[in-house]
Parts: sequence; structure tokens; C-alpha cells
Amino acid sequence: MTTTHPATPTATTRPAFSPTRTLATAARVLRQLRHDPRTIALMLLVPCAMLLLLRYVFDSDRAFDTIGASLLGIFPLITMFLVTSIATLRERASGTLERLLALPLGKADLIAGYALAFGAVAVLQSTLATALAVWPLGLDVAGSPWLLLLVALLDALLGTALGLFVSAFAASEFQAVQFMPAVIFPQLLLCGLFTPRSAMHPVLEAVSDVLPLSYAVDGMNQVVHHTDPTSAFLRDALIVGGCAALVLALGAATLRRRTP
Amino acid sequence: MNKVPTPPTPPPPPALHADALTVTRGARTVLDHLTFTVPKGRVTGLLGPSGCGKSTLMRAVVGTQARPTGTLTVLGHPAGHPALRSRIGYVTQAPSVYDDLTVRQNLDYFAAILLADRPTADRRADTTRVLAEVDLTPHADALAGTLSGGQRNRVSLAVALLGTPELLVLDEPTVGLDPVLRRDLWHLFHDLAARGTTLLVSSHVMDEAERCHRLLLLRDGRLLADDTPAALRARTGTDTVEAAFLRLTDEGRAPARTQETLR
Repeated sequence: MTTTHPATPTATTRPAFSPTRTLATAARVLRQLRHDPRTIALMLLVPCAMLLLLRYVFDSDRAFDTIGASLLGIFPLITMFLVTSIATLRERASGTLERLLALPLGKADLIAGYALAFGAVAVLQSTLATALAVWPLGLDVAGSPWLLLLVALLDALLGTALGLFVSAFAASEFQAVQFMPAVIFPQLLLCGLFTPRSAMHPVLEAVSDVLPLSYAVDGMNQVVHHTDPTSAFLRDALIVGGCAALVLALGAATLRRRTP
Repeated sequence: MNKVPTPPTPPPPPALHADALTVTRGARTVLDHLTFTVPKGRVTGLLGPSGCGKSTLMRAVVGTQARPTGTLTVLGHPAGHPALRSRIGYVTQAPSVYDDLTVRQNLDYFAAILLADRPTADRRADTTRVLAEVDLTPHADALAGTLSGGQRNRVSLAVALLGTPELLVLDEPTVGLDPVLRRDLWHLFHDLAARGTTLLVSSHVMDEAERCHRLLLLRDGRLLADDTPAALRARTGTDTVEAAFLRLTDEGRAPARTQETLR
């Protein structure tokens, strides 16, 4: 036989995005979480505990206003990054990913399902953290706390996207966890949390300009300082959302139906 | 060993047709120009020692193996065609189920993916049916991770039975099972075949070969034989498939050895 078979068949009959399958996937991910109450508790309570600690470490309302708001944007990113990278890695290692991709499940369904489930957890986490920061801890927010929540949700999606993407390059859970300092810490150092971005060395400032977390933190600070959503806030939110979408698409490309 | 019942007249188009199917991984040829057909509604055993290419062949059939060359037609489509995804049930060697979900939650999820356009009641009925077929109804609400290895294998099998696929590809489905369960599963396989399902079952346990309608014997990525167990025994003049396999392996090896000694 001389014909060489095309590795990828025509995409005509590929199942399109299916709400049923997406929702089933999101429900399944949440059900898995529900069997793991300790993880839920850690995801929800650790950010609150950190905010509480921070409030008393600084002991001045002024410093807490800046750093507290930034942290509200950073927590969902870190948590969702860790949870997603481990969850997807387990999915790859246990063979369930191969099984799912051999079924009529679109990659978009799988990714949207994950994003939806972890997005829901992020909303819960951010609601708790924002409420704690704004009321008992007295975080002074000029704008609407709903906008803080919106940025937190976008950050969570970005974390999910990054986690999904790096899990393709991690061969074990050890490696996946090590990707956290590699991918998140540089962004954390350069996002303006420790030094205002405008005060950094021009090279570092340029680097921080292309890192999505910088815009997440900027967006949070816009809400803290301005009563109405500013155009800068809108730009920041769009950039974070756009980055999340881009990285999710890259993550989708790492989900291969056919593997060597 | 129990005799295999002869099913009624076989339908003409084969479930599987491979022509010069080849898979290479790096410099190694895992599958070497395999040519065979698998008839519909029969249990075809894929036998050979571990590492001979059984799993790779199964992955090629299911469409998860990257870059196979040659021709592989599955249920009238090229292997890996999206239209096949709901028509093939696949069980990998390691049970691919969610350990942190109960058996029923696992089945519910896979049923929702596979039978997304069917009403919930139908999906419920299907999960209940497959639970009974693999004899796991009493464990329906246990976490998959708390079950024994054999039980988790059966959860994985139950997932593959959802939606009554036309072709079942089972990679070592009876590993780690006690003799009673093994017998029950083989009864199930024959039931399914009698209802028209095509089964491709791999095993490295040769006594299971006698329970298959047809056999593909694989060694080092090459096809040693493609025949019925009876014909295989007759051709090699042996009493068991195991002896036939050994005879064929020795025959295949003999010329190579002679050449080596001549050099």
C-alpha cells in the first residue's frame, strides 16, 4: 500500500461547542472538589487569613488600601493557577483526558467547563475576601466593590488559563508546582505591588508592561481611587480578559487527541 | 476451556481493516506493516507478550495514536474520524476514571458527554444498565479511588459500555480479576458479540485466547497469525493456542538464527 493516511481527518463533523457537555464538565469538576473539603477550605480561607494578617502587619490604613487591593487581584490568580495546573495534570496522567478526547467532546467544552467551575469558585473566594477587606478591615474603596469582583474574576480566569497551559509542560506534580514561582513570581515582583511600576528601571518597567498581572493590579487600584470606572480601568480589564482568552486558546492547542 | 458458540451468519463488511499499518516511535518500529481484518459481531483477541505493540494497535484503532501510516478503516471511516467517537468504546490498561468521584458520578459524567442529546432519563437508564453489566451496582455510591484495582477496571469498562458502542476496544480488561469475575466478563463479551457488538480484546493470558472467535497474534510489532483458535491449533499441530504461539515464534526466529550462525 502506498497511501499514507492523513493523521488528522477533516474537521467537518467535529462536534461544535455544546452547552450540555460544557455544563456537565463544570459540574463534574465541582463535584470532584466537593469530595475534597480540605482543598475548598484552603481555597476560601487562606486569602482571608492573608488579608487579615496584612492589615495588622501594616497597621496603617494608607498602606493597606494599596496593597490590600492589589492582593485581592493576586490571590485568585495564584489559587486558580495551582488548582488548574494540578487538576489538568491529573487529568492527563490518569488517562481520563485521553478517554475524553476519544469521546465526542470538543476541546472548547472541556476548557470552558474548567473555566466555568473554577470561575465559580473564584467568585466565591473573591466575594469572601473582598467583603472582609471592605467591611471589617476598612479597605477604602472609592469605586464599586462589584468592579473589584469583576477584576478578581478575570484574574481567576487568567490563572486557570496559565495553569492549563503550563500543565502541558509538566511531567509530574512536582514540576507543576515549580511552575508557580517560575510563571507567577516574576509577575508578582513586577506588577507594582512592591514598587510603583513607574519608579522601576526602564527595562523592568517595559517587561512589566507586557505582563498581564500588572494590568490586574492597576485595574484594582483604579477602582480603589476612582468613584466611576475610568477608561484606564476599562483598558486594564480588557487586557487581562484578552490575555486570559489568548492563553486559554494556547492551552487548547496543548490538548492533543493524538499522542505519540 | 469452554467452547466458543458459533454466531449466526456474519455480516459482510468488516469492522476493521488494516493494510500495511505502521507506527514508528523515534527510531523504533512499534507496528510493522500490519494487514488484517476484524469481522463484525465477533470477539477478536489480540495476543502477544507485553511490549509487542498491542496497546499501540488499539490506540491506532481508537484514533489516539499519532502518525500511523498505511490504511486503517474502522466501521467504514478512517481511524480517528470524528464520526467514530460515539461508536467506539475504549478501555485503556490503567483504569481511566476519576478517583475522587463515586462510580455513579463517573458514569453520569461520561454519559452526559457521550449521550449529550438524549434525555436525562435515558442516560440514567443507561448508567444503571452498565452498572449491572459489570456487576458493580452494590458499589455505585463508593468513591472510585476506594475500590480495588479490579473493581476500578470494571468502572472503566462500564464507561466504555455506555451508549452501546458498535466496537469495543478493551486493553487487558481482565487483569487482576479473580477467575469467577473473569468468567463472568467473558460471558458478557460473548453476550455483547451475540447482540452485534464487535470486540477487540487484548490479553497476554493465553488461556483467554481460546474464548475468542478469532485471534491476532502479535510479536515485536509483527503479525504472527490471524486465524480462529481451532485453525491455529490445527495448522501448528498443537493442542493449545499457547503452544501454537510458541511454535510460530520459534518458526519466525529460526531463519534469523541460522543467518547469524552462518555469518
